[in-house]
Amino acid sequence: MSDAPAGAEYEVAIVGSGPAGLSAGAHASKMRMKHVLLERQDHASDTIYKYQKGKFVMATPDILPLRSDLSFRAGKREEILGAWDEGLDFCGVNIKYNADVAAIEKQGDIFHLSLAGGETITAAHVVLSIGLQGNINKLRCDGGDLPLVQYQLDDPEEYEDETIVVIGAGDAAIENAVALAAQNTVVIVNRRAEFARAKQGNLSLIVNAIDKGDVQCYYESSPLRVEDDAIILETPDGEARVPCNRIIARLGASPPRKFVEACGVEFPSDDPAVLPEVSPQYESNVAGMYIVGALGGYPLIKQAMNQGYEVIEYIAGNDIPPADEPLLEEKFASMGDVDVDQLLAAIRKTIPVFSGLNTLLLRECMLDSKVHSFKQGEIVFKRNDYSDTFYTVFIGQVGIQVSPVDPSVVVTLREGEFFGEMGLISGRRRTATVVAATDCVVFETPRRTMLKLIQSVDSVKRALDKTSILRQVQMHLTPGVPANELEELVETAEIENFKAGQVLFNQGDIGNHMHLIRSGSCTVSVSIGGRDVVLSYVPAGNYIGEMALLSDQPRSATVRAAHNTETICLSGDAFKAVMEKNANIRASVEAKFRERLRQNEQMEDRPEAGSIIQFLIEQGIGEGTDVLLIDETLCIHCDNCEKACAETHNGLSRLDREAGPSFQSLHVPTSCRHCQHPHCMADCPPDAIHRAPDGEVFIDDSCIGCGNCESNCPYGVIQLATLPDEKFDLFGWLLFGKGPGPGEEAEYAKANGHNGAAKDDGDKIKRAVKCDMCKGIKGGAACVRACPTGAAARVSPEKFMTLAALR
Amino acid sequence: MHESILIYRNHRYLKWSAALIAVASAVYLFHSPVEKPNGGTWLGYTLGVIAAGIMVWLTWFGVRKRSYKPGTIKLEDWASAHVYLGLTLVVIATLHSGFQFGVNIHTVLYFLMLIVVVSGIMGLYFYLTCPRLIAQNRRGMTTETMLAQIADLDRDLRSQVMSLDDETAQAVSDAVQDTRIGGSLWRQLSGSDPDCPTTLARQKLETSTESTDQETRRQILSRLTKKEDLLTRLRRDIQLRSLLQVWLYVHVPFTLGSMAALFAHIVTVFYYW
Repeated sequence: MSDAPAGAEYEVAIVGSGPAGLSAGAHASKMRMKHVLLERQDHASDTIYKYQKGKFVMATPDILPLRSDLSFRAGKREEILGAWDEGLDFCGVNIKYNADVAAIEKQGDIFHLSLAGGETITAAHVVLSIGLQGNINKLRCDGGDLPLVQYQLDDPEEYEDETIVVIGAGDAAIENAVALAAQNTVVIVNRRAEFARAKQGNLSLIVNAIDKGDVQCYYESSPLRVEDDAIILETPDGEARVPCNRIIARLGASPPRKFVEACGVEFPSDDPAVLPEVSPQYESNVAGMYIVGALGGYPLIKQAMNQGYEVIEYIAGNDIPPADEPLLEEKFASMGDVDVDQLLAAIRKTIPVFSGLNTLLLRECMLDSKVHSFKQGEIVFKRNDYSDTFYTVFIGQVGIQVSPVDPSVVVTLREGEFFGEMGLISGRRRTATVVAATDCVVFETPRRTMLKLIQSVDSVKRALDKTSILRQVQMHLTPGVPANELEELVETAEIENFKAGQVLFNQGDIGNHMHLIRSGSCTVSVSIGGRDVVLSYVPAGNYIGEMALLSDQPRSATVRAAHNTETICLSGDAFKAVMEKNANIRASVEAKFRERLRQNEQMEDRPEAGSIIQFLIEQGIGEGTDVLLIDETLCIHCDNCEKACAETHNGLSRLDREAGPSFQSLHVPTSCRHCQHPHCMADCPPDAIHRAPDGEVFIDDSCIGCGNCESNCPYGVIQLATLPDEKFDLFGWLLFGKGPGPGEEAEYAKANGHNGAAKDDGDKIKRAVKCDMCKGIKGGAACVRACPTGAAARVSPEKFMTLAALR
Repeated sequence: MHESILIYRNHRYLKWSAALIAVASAVYLFHSPVEKPNGGTWLGYTLGVIAAGIMVWLTWFGVRKRSYKPGTIKLEDWASAHVYLGLTLVVIATLHSGFQFGVNIHTVLYFLMLIVVVSGIMGLYFYLTCPRLIAQNRRGMTTETMLAQIADLDRDLRSQVMSLDDETAQAVSDAVQDTRIGGSLWRQLSGSDPDCPTTLARQKLETSTESTDQETRRQILSRLTKKEDLLTRLRRDIQLRSLLQVWLYVHVPFTLGSMAALFAHIVTVFYYW
């Protein structure tokens, strides 16, 4: 073994024996470096030791090679722990159990590590590999400390016939939920609409379990409070009380900040989730103190083990490249012979969205991304392409053809700018064609990777928000005003979210800001004689709240979100400044102001029109883009609309005319409204639901019939059906023997193996069917075309929720 | 956003029809044939061809209505034009006849056509009035929800009937078992049932002096009254909906009849050229 430096017992003291610490210990031993591995518990790798019994541990990212003296392969928790224990023995690691490090102090070049028992250890270098699990996140709502709440699950088989609520959407929560579901009723609560944070394997595990009904899921929900025998959730449909025997909260863990800061390590911000910054060699701001593993920003086992190996090499003075170096070299090969580190530095410098990523995250992001080199004039993607990846320009320029009719109208994006971000927000088709304006290099990052970064790295979200705010303000509020004049406005803007029915501002409030509606829509109402009278409906892409700014009066009306709505909240002062400099902006805002004033006065005299808007909003029409509405004073109940729908769609009507509510002779039949943010799309395992160029939401042939969309649709417009057999056609059958005979459809299908059914196989696959607005059919929706009296009309809310349309 | 067939496309088909009538009438007025005006003059033949064309086209509506092929022309275009051209047909055919009527196949065709047009006008009247009445009568409920509510009431009544005296119990049982909705065409069109067992049971219960538990009695009475109200509305619903259908029983057969007569008319005209 190499000698420890003068005055220190050890060359390196490794704190924490998780995957990173173990691997570091093993490598130090292998390199004959004088080392000690300190573990608080009486066994190694406590986090994995506490994994639930028999848990299958994954070895992601698959693409990354393992670099450690210990072995690690995807497998059961017990096998992995066993292999590591053997490895520790085999390598002769100097591990000290029950050694709880209470403080680390640097005196000169020597670190003094005080253990809880009073012992002190000295070392020239310290590797902090303590992970995060010593500091797990707790439920922050009322009742979070009640006995039915627990934060860990050792053996899922201990519980039987209980109702258990699992909170969280990460890997731990998913694994707990799925394992518990074998013997219990399990409800999982996910704050978001998707399981974006989970590993791919866990993702399909939980999606399958939810599909099969083994686990019930509350999406977009969070705990409000815990009672003795139930949890109250805030869901998109309001509060829900879920009675349960047990609550398992798996909310992740935060850095043990107090301890780490006491060691002299600095954190970049006050955010409890933020991690300390480290150099590419994992060295913290305290020279000689290294941080690896989850605390260093990477929670995956394989990555942590690689870091453990590498950190010992760095301490020994060997500047070895990271394990993923060859993969990245290959990825960047199209750009010629480049040094990966320099290139990554250049990426960080050039592309603001990625500049806040630490080296590890950036490397991972690049591993997931594709590098494209385009020649001038080559197409990156076309308008209406269905793709949802995110692009950044690294070298050169790209042109966005913003006009659908005139390809010469081009907005140029330079190095460092990004495009395709709408795919992240809405998952819709591309709204413009993008071509290479010069020879260029662009990075294409998958949607899931970006969503993960947005959720975990604040700077990515901020950079994305800032630009998309600017783009939206320029588009909807201040067309023609250059970006530099909008700096203050954009800088002070904030993105705000409102749930259905939530108030943006109240009548009589003092108004010092306005909202640009980014997604969703709002209603404007005033209180007349104690009753709320709706004056207007304001869809996305419009601003609201300018009246109080212009008139310096209190708010003249109350504005509520019609459904889940996201707005850009703009400072009134900053906007006034923009208006002062730009007379035409002022003029157009004032024109809108006058128009609104006039309209409001008219609407106040017409409360019945307001109540129709109110009714339609209550039916969820506000979030639709194209809604079938039936005028009951014209409908002769001939059901020709249903027949036409069935005739157009293999004999299955996607419309139920008579069902659905009516108000003031306006009838909302059960039929798809093609929502702005389709609920059905939220969780489609084969990604079979898309939005077509004209806005229709449709289900393609890759549907697996899981039924998620059917249950996610709040309006009941999706049905699972076997596609019907070929229809009986009298002339064809009688004259040419074509198709099934009368009443022989079933046998005919069986004998001919139609609709995906194997021959002689009666079981046919069910598919989700819904209105596709007769996509691709000349003349449009068959229901409307076939209405003899003009009672059926398809309309978009922003068009019909106006005074003119409401007679 | 919704347009009735009368005002459809800013009265496009009304304007077309009015123009056709105006031109035909003007030519008729200035036309002075050697004999008095009849179907055999050049104008008579022209109007005859136009009228026959319109008749065939109007009849084709029955086929077009059931065709769901893609296309930009909506069924409402056809319906709106059907109404106005159908009315125009009366004028064109009359001018074609030169006001000559007799006991012959030609006049038979003329009157068959009139029956079709008049029944069509009745149908149009029903189409324009009944939907609003149906909506008002339903008060936002569907036929199915009304039937479901009646079924619920029946279930409750059945469970309570035992507490009544025999005679009233029998009446209430009859109300549950023998109440009929709909029935023959006349019953549907009448919109009521003079011997409705539910009404009889309610009357019986109201006049019954037998001492039963007052609370149960009140409940049964309230359920019968509720059921009666639902029945009234359902029968009214059926009545209005049959009005939307019943005129077709005249309109369609007479259309087919007039097609046959049209064929005979043309054949005889050319046969006796």
